[in-house]
Amino acid sequence: MFSFVVSRVLQAIPVMLVVAFISFAMFAYVGDPVSIMLGQDFTEAQRTALVHNLGLDRSFLVQFLTFVGNALQGEFGLSYRLGRPVAELIAERAPATLELAFCAAFIAIAIGVPMGVYTGLYRNSWLSRFFLTFSLIGVSLPTFLIGILLILVFAVNLGWLPSFGRGDVVSLGWWSTGFATATGWKALVLPAVTLGLFQLTLIMRLVRAEMLEVLRTDYIKFARARGLSNRAINFGHALKNTLVPVITVAGLQLGAIIAFAIVTETVFQWPGMGLLFIQSVGSADIPVMAAYLMLISAIFVTINLVVDLLYYAVDPRLRVGRRGH
Amino acid sequence: MRRFFDSDLWYSFSRNPVTIVSAIVAILLVAGAVLAPVVAPHNPFDLASLNLMDAFKPPAWTADGDREYPLGTDDQGRDLFSAILYGARISLLVGAAAVLFSTSLGVVVGLAAGYFGGFVDSALMRIADIQLTFPSILVALLVDGVVRAALPREVHDQIALYVVIFAIGISNWPQFARTVRGSTLVERNKEYVQAARVIGISSPRIIFSHVLPNVTGPVLVIATLNLGFAVLAEATLSFLGVGVPPTQPSLGTLIRIGNDFLFSGEWWITIFPGAALVLLVLSVNLLGDWLRDALNPRLR
Repeated sequence: MFSFVVSRVLQAIPVMLVVAFISFAMFAYVGDPVSIMLGQDFTEAQRTALVHNLGLDRSFLVQFLTFVGNALQGEFGLSYRLGRPVAELIAERAPATLELAFCAAFIAIAIGVPMGVYTGLYRNSWLSRFFLTFSLIGVSLPTFLIGILLILVFAVNLGWLPSFGRGDVVSLGWWSTGFATATGWKALVLPAVTLGLFQLTLIMRLVRAEMLEVLRTDYIKFARARGLSNRAINFGHALKNTLVPVITVAGLQLGAIIAFAIVTETVFQWPGMGLLFIQSVGSADIPVMAAYLMLISAIFVTINLVVDLLYYAVDPRLRVGRRGH
Repeated sequence: MRRFFDSDLWYSFSRNPVTIVSAIVAILLVAGAVLAPVVAPHNPFDLASLNLMDAFKPPAWTADGDREYPLGTDDQGRDLFSAILYGARISLLVGAAAVLFSTSLGVVVGLAAGYFGGFVDSALMRIADIQLTFPSILVALLVDGVVRAALPREVHDQIALYVVIFAIGISNWPQFARTVRGSTLVERNKEYVQAARVIGISSPRIIFSHVLPNVTGPVLVIATLNLGFAVLAEATLSFLGVGVPPTQPSLGTLIRIGNDFLFSGEWWITIFPGAALVLLVLSVNLLGDWLRDALNPRLR
């Protein structure tokens, strides 16, 4: 177990270094921070001083190591667009994105798994057919279109839910939460459903396929022969064994949720990291883009690592396989 | 022709109503898009023919509708039906070019990795693995953002279309590379490749004229399924405002424009381009699914 963890962590480090290198290259070679920061009027002495202060006259390797060192301390410089520290901007926006992503993932799993189990068990019922058609549409509708349709129905026509923003937020220290107020909850519904719908259909199809696969196996037949109740077979034996791939996909989809949050946040003007990122792309704000890239990669690498470890914990075959080497 | 109608492929096609319907829808949409300058009732890019008096006309079947504009008009008085045809043209162009780009890149990388093995293989596949950890839409966004920052605005506006094609294409090559590598590994050890090597044919020639034709089957299927993805990715980028330039609106751009008028009641400006996009992607995806099943010998 220990050697497995160590090897996985060691594999994650080069990935992060490559991403750091790309971010640094963006930082150093795209656009000209000196001329942006100096503005119109400057003397050659001012220019040289700024270049020296920013460390741009030092060797490439030293600059890169400084960048990595600063990044490890959460220091990414100033945003070109807003003139404020990037770390501060991202810390301000992170709670909104994380709350949205968490709710979307919850919706996807809490509804997707039961729907998948149902369609797997009762393959030919009309409700299963309805669920499957629904999932086909869910897969083909782009995220932003789902958001627009939901706004059209629930915000414009029915007027039940707000179509933009987070509602009233309450600050708990540096974390601002929308969970504490009624308007916060109302504002969360449409974005969370939009973001979760695609993952919901994905999880439902996966659980269904796995259930069909497992229900065909010999040990299920044997369990029936032993006279176990349907309930014990379906949930105690079948569902349990479908969970390994479901955990993997759900974990990896958490990364996708954070990425697609960019789209959802744009549709609903949700003040999260994704909206910050897309505004930075539009105005070529490199420091914010570089910081976002590093943060997202760190999240992705961590998720992959956790999923790998969970796999190892859940599936005994992996443990046996490794010992055999 | 006779051979085609006798083939297994045609048999499974003609037995599958869903596939037939999606093929008809896809052909209609593609034909409409390709022939847009001929079939579209108006030219939405001809500024002289635009009249602001015609702006915000609802679809023809509603009370205020005008028979001249079957699906209504947008904020500048452009005929929405024509704009959708021209928009689908841009969407399909970008989608097809992006798929072509990621296919070529992925196939070359996959062939090289599978055929040469060793260090080349592990280096190339390692890069593919790293890229696969990130959702492709994020990669496309980043590539687009970096190019936008690196080039001056005027230059960027001129080549924006190519930037989008490159961004979407580069975000999706690992899938092709992995599949091609897998089939190349199998082909490499077959006798015809060994025979070619023995008589002294050069590696590039063995790879491209002997191995390549034998690994194209699965590539075709992935490419079809990827066309739907690429069209969606383009629409998403354009919706976010970082895709194709506003002078050449795609379906995604039209949806973004319409989104601004959702609250004032002009729903048709968003809904019709959206419906066209969904129909296009759904029919292409269904065709791709069918092709995958039809070419899979295990399912026959």
